[in-house]
Amino acid sequence: MSALLEIRDYRLAFDTFDGTAQVLDGIDLTLSAGETLGIVGETGCGKSVLARSLLQLNPMPPARVVSGQIHFRDEDILRLPERAMRRLRGRAIAMIFQDPASYLNPLLAIGTQMEDAIRGQDIAASLRKRPRAAARARAAELLAAVGLPEPARLLDSHPHMLSGGMRQRVLIAMALAGDPALLVADEPTTALDVTVQAQVLALIARLVAERGLALMLISHDLGVVAASCARVAVMYAGTVVEEAPTGELLARPLHPYARGLIAAVPDLDHPERRPQGIAGSIPGLIAPPSGCRFHPRCSAATDRCRREKPLRRELLPGRSVACHHATP
Amino acid sequence: MAGYILRRIGLAGLMLFGLVCLTFVIANVAPSDPAALAAGPDAGRSQIEQARREYGLDKPLPEQFLRYVTDLAQGNFGRSIATGRSVGTDLARYFPATLELVILAMLLGVLLGVPLGVVSALRKDGPVDHVTRIFAVSGIALPPFWFGLLLQLAFATWLGLLPTSGRISVFTEPPDPITGLLLLDNTLRGQWPLFREALSYIILPAIVLSLPCLASILRVNRSEMVEALRMDYVVAARAHGVTPWRIVMVHALKNAMLPTLAIIGLRWGWMMSSTVLVETVFDWPGIGLYAVSSAIAGDFKPVMGVTLIVGLNFMVANLIVDLLYGVLDPRLRRA
Repeated sequence: MSALLEIRDYRLAFDTFDGTAQVLDGIDLTLSAGETLGIVGETGCGKSVLARSLLQLNPMPPARVVSGQIHFRDEDILRLPERAMRRLRGRAIAMIFQDPASYLNPLLAIGTQMEDAIRGQDIAASLRKRPRAAARARAAELLAAVGLPEPARLLDSHPHMLSGGMRQRVLIAMALAGDPALLVADEPTTALDVTVQAQVLALIARLVAERGLALMLISHDLGVVAASCARVAVMYAGTVVEEAPTGELLARPLHPYARGLIAAVPDLDHPERRPQGIAGSIPGLIAPPSGCRFHPRCSAATDRCRREKPLRRELLPGRSVACHHATP
Repeated sequence: MAGYILRRIGLAGLMLFGLVCLTFVIANVAPSDPAALAAGPDAGRSQIEQARREYGLDKPLPEQFLRYVTDLAQGNFGRSIATGRSVGTDLARYFPATLELVILAMLLGVLLGVPLGVVSALRKDGPVDHVTRIFAVSGIALPPFWFGLLLQLAFATWLGLLPTSGRISVFTEPPDPITGLLLLDNTLRGQWPLFREALSYIILPAIVLSLPCLASILRVNRSEMVEALRMDYVVAARAHGVTPWRIVMVHALKNAMLPTLAIIGLRWGWMMSSTVLVETVFDWPGIGLYAVSSAIAGDFKPVMGVTLIVGLNFMVANLIVDLLYGVLDPRLRRA
């Protein structure tokens, strides 16, 4: 499989009043067509910023690309002008978001929002813009595809009339409008009830399988990622600290932070084993810790960790870790 | 939606009653004696008392109030004590002039304020934004009478392009009114020379009246647009490939228009009352000028009538804004 998406040494900074925050500090990730990759990490580790980078949705300024490339097919997204970027949005890379209530426009009918997306994509692709009726028919088709009943009536409803789960389905339907090759899901279930969560994850899994989509799923919840992704990248303070096949990571995490993350998940099979928190909190990114950004919270930290930033190296086939002390 | 409309109209009815009470109270705490005014400057005590009885001013206040309300209900605003003319007839004559001025000023305010607000928001902290900010601040800060005099000096006295004051030339025979709005009447009749003449008279006062209105619409619309463009749904719309034009002009502007509409409604009522200054500077024969001359004479019925008309405008404008809110925002229709 050739790489669909290739992120190389991507560094992104945010210029703020207090100084420059190095939000993404050298990200390397590869995703092939039809592959599923989960990205986990605590709030503020840069997951969402990374996701938005793929569609150039971070406001610039304050955001500023420091270095790196994001190759999608043959183009470097970071160097595409806005006009060319519009061609990709929705048609090549589509995105679903965390809180479906705030990501749908409260004043516009569902149908209007979907038609605008469908027709906007036509224009960006230099196709003849579909008439509203045709776009509407396509929108109804998409709503049916995500399992929503009575699509025709739904098109005339406004977001406040729908439940959280229905809204997320609507957003997923919108993301499918342009038949994208890559679906970026940024915490798609965080704002939903647990039972609805499972339904939405099942829907995403079905669509990924049926349509051969590549999926990048961002979540702070290891369980969500484990249920949907073959591979996981663990992020900490703007860097990927470990990348591994999901099963292997869960069974035997190699990076101390990944270990801590897994130990923090309550285990329903062994309720007597108490979940363990990770001491300390995520560092500020304006003046991040020297060397390994995790060292202030790491029990195994040595002088070398304080001095020298560990590079991610492949310890086992398909498994790479950014830690001086990790062993296979 | 029907329930929403009924509730809004019911509220407006209550406000109307409050307004009627207020005008009555204001007229009765005014320090002049209307009976003395009606009887004339040389009248003796008995003549004044006779006038008092004639106008019903000797009756107890509750009874006077009841009569005032029943008269109003029949469309009777009472009589001017100074001229003896019916206040209703006077208002029918002066109100269209003010209405025309306010409509034109509001059109200027909305048609310039909203687009300039959008452009300023899109070019936030850029040169355009700074220019419109300076313009808006001066628009609110400039006293209208001073600005009006300045425009008269520039366009009428120095450049000689426009007339200084009045509504139409004294040598022009005013045509029979259809609506009483000269620009509209002359358009309906197709009398373009008269239309141009009326326009040359109205344009300066309309600009002066609209400037603070334009400035506040611009500023509110700008900050609401800045806010709306930052919202999650705008990020999502971009991600889904909605065109930038649609995002700005529909997705964001529709949200920004809700608070802007509220300002437009308030400014309508505000212009109806602040037209007093503009009408005085430009000698514009509207209700502002009428109210001022009556107030100077201590003639309280016309002042009450004008107050009612202005208050009514506030109410109707806000009712329309409320109804438009319901049209724009589906969440309100059920609430």
